[in-house]
Amino acid sequence: MNLRIGWLYGHEMNIYGDRGNVLALAHRAKWRGIPSEIVTIGIGQAIAGQAIDLFFWGGGQDREQISVAADLSGDKGRDLKAAIEDGVPILAVCGGYQLLGHYYRPHGEADLPGISALNVTSEAGSERFIGNVVIDAPEFGTLVGFENHSGLTFLGNGVQPLGKVRVGHGNNGRDRQEGARYKNAIGCYLHGSLLPKNPVLADWLISAALERKHGSVDLPSLDDAVETRAHDQVVRRALKLAR
Amino acid sequence: MAVDLRLNAAIATSKALTRAIRRVGRGGGTAFPGLIATRIDPGILGKLSARLPQGVTIVAGTNGKTTTSRMLAGVLRESGLQVVHNRSGSNLVRGISGALAAEASLGRGRSAEIGVIESDENALPDVIRQTSPHCLLLLNLFRDQLDRYGELETIARHWAPAVAELDSDATLVVNADDPNLAALAENTRARVVTFGLETEGHGLPELPHAADSAVCRRCGSRFEYDAIYVSHLGAYRCPNCAYRRPELDIAAREISFQGMERLSMTVRRDGWEDDLRLDVALPGLYNAYNALAVVATASVLGVDAGTIATSLRSFEAAFGRLEKIEYEGLHLTLALSKNPVGFNEVLRMLTVEPVTGPVIIGINDLDADGRDVSWLWDVDFETLAENAHTGTVFAAGIRGDDLAVRMKYAGLPADRLDLGLLGLSFSEVLDTLPKSVAKGEHVFVLLTYTAMLQLRRALAGRGAAPQFWRQ
Repeated sequence: MNLRIGWLYGHEMNIYGDRGNVLALAHRAKWRGIPSEIVTIGIGQAIAGQAIDLFFWGGGQDREQISVAADLSGDKGRDLKAAIEDGVPILAVCGGYQLLGHYYRPHGEADLPGISALNVTSEAGSERFIGNVVIDAPEFGTLVGFENHSGLTFLGNGVQPLGKVRVGHGNNGRDRQEGARYKNAIGCYLHGSLLPKNPVLADWLISAALERKHGSVDLPSLDDAVETRAHDQVVRRALKLAR
Repeated sequence: MAVDLRLNAAIATSKALTRAIRRVGRGGGTAFPGLIATRIDPGILGKLSARLPQGVTIVAGTNGKTTTSRMLAGVLRESGLQVVHNRSGSNLVRGISGALAAEASLGRGRSAEIGVIESDENALPDVIRQTSPHCLLLLNLFRDQLDRYGELETIARHWAPAVAELDSDATLVVNADDPNLAALAENTRARVVTFGLETEGHGLPELPHAADSAVCRRCGSRFEYDAIYVSHLGAYRCPNCAYRRPELDIAAREISFQGMERLSMTVRRDGWEDDLRLDVALPGLYNAYNALAVVATASVLGVDAGTIATSLRSFEAAFGRLEKIEYEGLHLTLALSKNPVGFNEVLRMLTVEPVTGPVIIGINDLDADGRDVSWLWDVDFETLAENAHTGTVFAAGIRGDDLAVRMKYAGLPADRLDLGLLGLSFSEVLDTLPKSVAKGEHVFVLLTYTAMLQLRRALAGRGAAPQFWRQ
């Protein structure tokens, strides 16, 4: 049993410490005796033939995001969409989340096309949402993160929100929803990094990846005292600052 | 000379408030008085700058501006000039106005001749426009507090118009090893002086995780590096178009370190017959950049090489910048570590010069630290975790729990991670420390900005550290 983690645009889109998500996936596999390999897939590098079990995709600066959108406009974007349709798990945060949808619409400029793997659209907003976020996710319980975005994302049919916003703004600051769920794909605005402080989510991604290859998998539990403590501390801190 | 009553009122009020604040021990006291002064006379910063016969030199950049501006002010004093400087590090327009007002004469005494102004990144365009600097020193642009400053390119775009409009007789001293800054220097009316490193050793094997800006401004290709020195700073070139690091007017060549105490280097400058030998009372490669920036700027301002060398030899670290403090038989070294690059460089020092004692890492998430602690995942804490020489790592501060998780995923064994300081104020940390650490130990303390303020205040309350504005 092994895990091939595909880190989409690890150089071009890696600005808010989202590397922690990849570290969490690799370590939590390793601590269970499952070796993993991190394959960074950058501009000009193919997805087809890489046999990726699990993707992570972070956020980037505007200019990089434009280059990445162009890189995905052909076969590569179709291959990624097909993998997601096929049930390969992916976690996409911020810029990656937006590009999983149909488009990102900037102020007064041409749409930045996404790969339409999620039935969501994003557009530039007029204020920047910055702060700690706490959401209640039906599948995963309470999740904590930090948002920093001015883009607004709206969900269409067939995708579910990742969770309901308890503290923070979420997808668009209007409908109290955060993130999107479709098959084994998760898109959201949560940095932090997200997975180290939400080990339930990390383990769900690892299980989903392994189950596609090996059928039912029982991940042994780990001592998550340090992670749980940090998770709970962020909930308290977020509630306190929001008051 | 006509008397500017409004200006005099602003100066007198600011001075009185600064004295009052210092008397009651509430801090360095330039930001609030400066704010009031700018309310009384919104033109105060421009007027006080215009009074300085040698004008103003502004120091800006993500890391090193406090240390560099202190070194520069020291060099200028050594050369015999009367210097006004916002030395407490209060670096918004109000703090700068307060600092200049505190030193301004109301008709008596020797007036300041030159200003050295450290400026906050967001405030820089305003500070440039109000002071019309004779010289602008740009040190570096690193990833820092994205919730507060935004992305690197946002800052560069924010700076560009003010840099472009510098006076034609001004000088822009720029770190050409930083591609973002080199690009800014291509569009300015000012004379440009470039500095950077030209050294064989001290390179990094690859770009660190925290590195940004490794992409060509012209064609978008990823740079290749002949040498990577700190984060994305280095000798870069584009493999696709011909763009490369500009020629260096001033370059540091042979750099060596004397432990965690000092560094020495040679500096080549166009127009100097021989390289200048420098011995600087600060460690670390990032301080080689800071010292080089001082040499470049001071020589632009007409200070001779010998004076620069003399002054740098005896420089004392600024507040919390590798400051040594004795407390209850413990030897504390405090290092302000407020963003990934700053942290990486301090960690690099700890591991190159293997430190064997315990390390305390304190992370706060107040406004001045940045509310977002995601950046902890961009710091290469793995170097510390893998360094078996280092002792226990204590997690502390408001977001010490996040640091504990980060250290666990960096591979630090559980028996080297101490959670005993979590949830404690820094005053309580000082109560606990002598019980957790053996007497005589050298303790390294890495802290974000407000964590540093809190620990310093607690130490001062116990008589263990001078208050920072008296330094």
